[in-house]
Parts: sequence; C-alpha cells; structure tokens
Amino acid sequence: MYSYTLKRLFQGLITIWFIATATFVAMHSVPGDPLINERGVNEEIRRNLEERYGLDRPVLEQYLIYMSNMAKGDFGISFTQQNRSVNDIIREHFPVSATLGILAIVFAGIGGVLWGALTALYRNRLPDVIIMFLVILGISVPSFVIAAIGQLALVSLNGLVGFSVLPVAGWGTVLHMLVPSLVLGLGTMAFLTRLMRSSMLEIISADFVRTAYSKGLPPTRIFMKHQLRNAILPVITVLGPAIAAITTGGFVVELVFAIPGLGRFFVQAVQQLDYTVIMGTTVFYGAFLVFMVIAVDLIYGFVDPRVRLE
Amino acid sequence: MKDLVLIAKDFAPIAVEREAQSITRPSLSYWQDAWLRLKTNRRALISLFIVVGLLVFTIAGPWVWTIDPAAQDLDQLSSPPGANRRAIIVTPYLPWSGITADSVPISGQTIGATAEIRLAQPATTQAVRLEWDPVPGATGYRVYRNLYSPAPDGALGLPIGEIYDARRISYEDLLDLRPTRFWYSIVATDELGQEVAEYTTLVVNVIRVVTVDEAISDGLVGPNVVPKLGDEVFVKLHPLGTDYLGRDMLARLMYGARVSLFIGIIAPLFFVLIGILYGSAAGFIGGRVDQFLMRFADFVVALPFLLFMILFKIAFGIGPGESGILPMLVALIVLSWPATARLVRGQILQIREEAYIAASQLLGAKTYYLILRHMIPNTLGVILVTITFAVPTVIFVEAFLSFIGMGVAPPTPSWGSMCNEGIQTMLNHPHELIFPALLISITVLAFNLLGDGLRDALDARMRSRE
Repeated sequence: MYSYTLKRLFQGLITIWFIATATFVAMHSVPGDPLINERGVNEEIRRNLEERYGLDRPVLEQYLIYMSNMAKGDFGISFTQQNRSVNDIIREHFPVSATLGILAIVFAGIGGVLWGALTALYRNRLPDVIIMFLVILGISVPSFVIAAIGQLALVSLNGLVGFSVLPVAGWGTVLHMLVPSLVLGLGTMAFLTRLMRSSMLEIISADFVRTAYSKGLPPTRIFMKHQLRNAILPVITVLGPAIAAITTGGFVVELVFAIPGLGRFFVQAVQQLDYTVIMGTTVFYGAFLVFMVIAVDLIYGFVDPRVRLE
Repeated sequence: MKDLVLIAKDFAPIAVEREAQSITRPSLSYWQDAWLRLKTNRRALISLFIVVGLLVFTIAGPWVWTIDPAAQDLDQLSSPPGANRRAIIVTPYLPWSGITADSVPISGQTIGATAEIRLAQPATTQAVRLEWDPVPGATGYRVYRNLYSPAPDGALGLPIGEIYDARRISYEDLLDLRPTRFWYSIVATDELGQEVAEYTTLVVNVIRVVTVDEAISDGLVGPNVVPKLGDEVFVKLHPLGTDYLGRDMLARLMYGARVSLFIGIIAPLFFVLIGILYGSAAGFIGGRVDQFLMRFADFVVALPFLLFMILFKIAFGIGPGESGILPMLVALIVLSWPATARLVRGQILQIREEAYIAASQLLGAKTYYLILRHMIPNTLGVILVTITFAVPTVIFVEAFLSFIGMGVAPPTPSWGSMCNEGIQTMLNHPHELIFPALLISITVLAFNLLGDGLRDALDARMRSRE
C-alpha cells in the first residue's frame, strides 16, 4: 500500500516534469517572440525587458532556470499585468475555480448516482425514457450553449418574478454559485448517469441481490446496502477524468457567468499571449490533475477491498 | 473356411441417407452479419441517415445554395428567418433641411412635454423624419429611440439626437434603420441641458425601401425590367436569416459544416492511423521496446488535453490570414493518438494468443498473411467504433476552442465560431445561436448513437448492456 502510494507519487512527479517540459517546448516554438506585442519599444527597453525575463540567455539555460523555479514553486511575473506574479494570480483566483468545481462535482456525483439508479430500477418505463432522453441531450449539447441557456433562464426568471432572485453573473455569495456550478456539472452528470445505469443494471440481477431478497431483507435495505454501494464503484473510477472535464469546462462557464476564476484568467492570458501566465497555469493545472487522478486511484483502493494496490 | 473377398462395392452404403444437416442459408461474412445487426437497430440506422444527410448538406449544399458566405447584405442585418422581405422602390435619398419654428411660446411655470410627435414624411429605411410642436420654455430637445415600448420609469432607449435650439422642432434619424418598429421619445431640456421629467413617445413602423439603381444592381427585378417608383419588390431571400454582419446563415452553416466536419472526420482518421501503427508496432515487437513505447504514450495521455490543445495551437502559429484549421488538426493528432495505440496494442496482444492464429501458423501462414488476413480484419471493427466515437469529441473540441477564441479565425465560419458570435446577440436575435448550436448537437448525437449501434453490431465482446 505505502510502496504503491510512493510509486504513484514518483510517477506523478515524472509526469509533471514531462508536462512542464512539453509546455516549455511548446511556448518556445511559438513564432516571433514574447515581446512582439509591446508596441514602440526601443532597443534599450527591449534589452531591459529581455534581461528581466531572462530571454537573452541560451535556450538550455532558460530551461534550467525555468525548471528550478518550477521546482521551487515560483512561476514568474506576468507579462501583461504590471508587477503581478503568476503565483499571486493563482493564489487569488484558483480558490474561486476550486469552489465552483467542487460544487459542480458534488452536483454531478449526487445527480448522476441518483438518476442512474432510478433509471435502472424503472428500466424501459417512463422515468427511464425521460431521464435517458435528457441525458442524451446533456451529452450532445455543447457546454457553452448550456451555459448560455442557463443564463437566459435566470434572466427570464428574474424578469418574471420582478426582482433579482438569483444573480445572473458575478461571484461572491452562495446564490452566485448555484446556477453556474449546476450548469458546469450537467455534462458530467449526464455521463455519470449513463455509467451508473449500466452498472446498476448489472447489479440488479446479481446473485447476491437474489440471495438478499430470498433471505427476506426489505427492498430499501437491499437498495441502499447491496445495490447502490456496489454499483457506485465504477463511477468512482471515472471521477479522475470527470474532474479534468469539469476543470476545463470551468473556462467556458467562468467566461459566460463573469466569474473571476483561474480559468477565465487563463483564457485571457492566452488571448493576450501572456507567456508566463500561460506556462504557469498550464503546469499548475497539469500537476493538479495528475494528483487528482492519483488521489482517486488511492481512494478506490480504500473503497473496494477487492482491488489490490501494488 | 472360405476366404472373405472384399471388393469396393462392399464398402458402399446400404442405403443413401437423407441429408440430415445442411446449410440452407448462404454463409455470412463478418461485415454482412454486422450490417444485418445494424439494420435492426432503429436508432443507429436513423443516425446513419442523419450522418449521410449532413455529409450531403456539407458537400452538395454549396452547389445548390450558391450564395457567398462572406457576402454582406447590408439591407438585412440580423434578420430572422421568415422576415418580411417586401420593399418599395423610391427615389434616391434627398437631403432634408428640417423644420424650424418661427418662435417658441413663452414659458409658463414649468416646462412640459411636447404635445405630440408627427412623422414629417413616411418612415422608411432611408430616413425617419420627425417633427413636433415647440415646447414653451425649453432650450433644446433630446431624441431617444428604443426597440421596446418604454416602461414608466424605464429607460427611453438610445439617445440619438441632441438639439440645442428650441425653435428647431424636427429630427432626421439616419442611424442603422431597419424595417421594424421603433419607439421615438422626445424630452425637452432646460438652460442647463437638464431633461424635464415628461416625455412624449411615438411608435414608428419603418418601411423597407430601395432605390431604382439598388434594385437593378442587386438583381431584385428581372433583367430587362425597369422598376417604377412605388413598385413593390422583394429583397434577397435568406431562408435561415442573416447574422449581425448581414451574411447568409444557410451559406455560412454549409461552409461551417465543411470546416467542422472536415476537422471532425480527418483528425480522427489521422490519429487513429498513427495509433494503429504505433500500437501494432509496440504489440508486435514486445519486450523493452513495447514497455518504452507504452510508457511514452502514458505521458502523452497525462497531458491536460484542452490546455495543451491551446498551447499547441499557439505554438503551431496563428499568423495573420491564417484560418487556424491546420494548427488545430496538428494539435489534435499530436495529442489524441495514444488512446487508439493502447487499444490496438491490447487487441494485437489478445489476437496473437488466439487458437486460429496458431492453426494458421501450423498450416504454414507467413507473418504478412497473418497480419493481412487475421490481425487487421479482426481489429477493424474496434477501430471503426473508435473513429465514430472520436468524431463527436473532436467536434466538441473545435467548438470549445472556437468559443474561447482559440479556434478557427473569424472570417472562416465554423459551427463553434458561429455559436460564439451568436451568443453575443442571443437576447435579440436568437436564431444566430440556435442554428449552429442545433447542428452541433444533432451531429454529436447522431455520431454517438451510430457509435453505440456499430459497437453492438461489430463487436460481441464490447457489446453494451443497455
């Protein structure tokens, strides 16, 4: 168990190194140079800027400096926002994204498990047909369209009631978080519902369920203790990819709902070609996702004793 | 003891048996069997028709609907489908000197609103000319225009005119006139330029007009017909309306389909091909090389996909005039091959151990024969299913990137970038968002259902339990 954890962490570190290197290579093969957007920069200022960002050194040396800074957790200074370090930006805006993401995961997880179990129990009957239709809709409608529709629904709801029940955009209170996180979790919820349904269908006809019935257990107990708990296991395995999907899906939701999260900053940085912010956030997100996947795998080992972690 | 002499006849059967077992139906190949199974799956079959229909729409559409997707129809900006296309032929625009009152009545106590607003001339898309009665005590007027009836205490709309002379009691509106209904409000202002509380509103229905020259140059009348003043003509037809720049939505959707489906189909073909080569190489060679190749694939899988799509798209260059299709293809291929590689490697390793391979080898089959006859046909089903499921994923990625402004560059239409533009004007002109979003959803849905059907039909082992 411990050796497995250590091994996974080590592999994770190598993966992060790979991500950092790939980021470095990608950003250094961009045509032109980072200062190309600075208009009317004369030679002297340009040289000063290059010196400040270390762009006057050979590429290999830049790489070594970059890697050692990354190891120290120092992502550098933003190109476009004066005197703001990338660490500051992450520290300030990541908690917003994380709150949104956690809420979305909770929505998606609870919703997916409940809907999935429900559709399996009512297989081929009306609730199943309705929910599976919505699930197919949720899988095939792009996230930004869902976000736009969600916002439109808020506008018309507020218009109908006559005062602002739920804020249409922005961030701050719990009310601000409700609709964006629901919208963000919807796609994942649809995916989890599908998975939960097929896993539940398999469990419903399993031998141990029949045994439980034949020994006279009440159906609610069978549902909670025998069916649900076993059917949830495959859902846990896909939580890693689901977290990744919600993290990047957050970009769109943050843009549409004007939420000051890290995703919106990343998109802005990409549009303004803010090199240090792009590199810093990519490596940060990459590391975050790698550790999330490891954490999910470890949790799975705890939850399902049949899985041996080696 | 007599010698038993056996001749050939003794070994003949005593009676000819009836054929107890025979194959009465023609034997089916794998693909025939799969097709039969697919045909019984109604959802998959409908999806297949939809996919074929989309391809026809994309490839043949631009020959049928020959309007240039980049051409702007400035008479019809953001016009919804089924909009009124009637237009009246009028003389070219003539300047208007406006109306000036001889004097303004002396003020009473407070400055009120004007008694009424009149149209000096019929309101057309050339100009809306308003006149009103002078307001006693006023020193000027402010003119507002709104698309909705101004609610009490509500905003009056866009302030379009400011008049600093109380005797000047007319206003000519030339700004972005469209054949719709406008609410014009006029408020008198005092010496300090402050508005008085009261206002008067006039509802104006603007009529679409064109001049004789415009009608001829736009081909709104027959080739040899000289239009007369007051004639009724119809402006160009846009079945699905126009976007905010007056470009034909149907033509743009067709060209956008070319971009979206091109990326959606070509990218999976390429990365699946690379995945097959990589995976089968790893599977065949085995040992250290296999380990190394698969570990590298693991690293590529670990890269956060969309973040690196964005990074690679920047890295592969978005120069001026670059539509961004090629960088996106390259980035997709670079990042997406490992999943197929893993799958193919697994299949190869599995098939290699099958009994029929051993039998084939015993019968003297060479390696290339094994690959061509057994390995490839047996993995083809799985690969086809992978490609079908990859198409909607790639279409989503394209739409996502175009939405955050990292996808296909603006003049080139793609469904994603059209959605992005449509979302800006969602409240007033929903058709600009609905049509591309609908097409994306239908395409993704069709490919997903077709993929489900193909998986059920092609591969008994992967059959879904739904």
